[in-house]
Amino acid sequence: MKALLMMGCPELPVQTAVALYIANKLNREGFEVTSAGNKAAISLLLNSDPEKHYIKKVMDLDRCIGALAEKKMDFDLCFVFIHSDSGTTYLATVKSLSQAKTVAVIFGKDIEPLIKASEGSIIIAAKAVHNPTPLRAQIDGVKSWAALTK
Amino acid sequence: MGCIDEMNYEILLPNSGFKECADFIKKNFKEIYYVPPGFKIFDNYLVGLPPIPLAVDGSDVILPYVKPCHGCFVLRIPGGEEVERLRKGEFEVKNI
Repeated sequence: MKALLMMGCPELPVQTAVALYIANKLNREGFEVTSAGNKAAISLLLNSDPEKHYIKKVMDLDRCIGALAEKKMDFDLCFVFIHSDSGTTYLATVKSLSQAKTVAVIFGKDIEPLIKASEGSIIIAAKAVHNPTPLRAQIDGVKSWAALTK
Repeated sequence: MGCIDEMNYEILLPNSGFKECADFIKKNFKEIYYVPPGFKIFDNYLVGLPPIPLAVDGSDVILPYVKPCHGCFVLRIPGGEEVERLRKGEFEVKNI
């Protein structure tokens, strides 16, 4: 099973913490996890996990979109991190290009319009900027991510 | 992969929502082509809500361009060969 964590701008601190947390969950379930993001997002992940306990593979966000568009790779599960309108456009793009089951991980202060724009995906959402705990609680509510791919 | 940031572009609408940018293109230009997300143009793969409107205005291409940190922009870029490619419709629209 393959999973993708797709991250945009790491403007909000919870993104990196939640990405590491989800990566750990997925690794434990046997997923091969790839993290895609812009330079800042990837840099934060790699600096937070220098021995790569959680983050095994990383790739540039634009190259990831290109590889999905060219059908050079695909995933079973894709988590798109969303805290702005840009995030919802990346989610729509992934849904258009990939066969993956999509999970919208929504955070920030104004999450309602983002939730509405992410209809059709599994939603993990909480008003969170600095504190990842509300998101963690929702992530923990899913007992098996692998089951969602079947 | 190319970088639109390094091209000779003009910003017609700065950091906005994607739908706002799509509406701007549809309202302000006549020659519109709809493409799917992931459509390759100027050596970049477009991100957006399908169908993505692109316009041709003279020899320029008008497109919505999403930047993760800054939202969506409407850009005018000298079109070169991309104008003819859009006019010939030589692209897949199966995802629309």
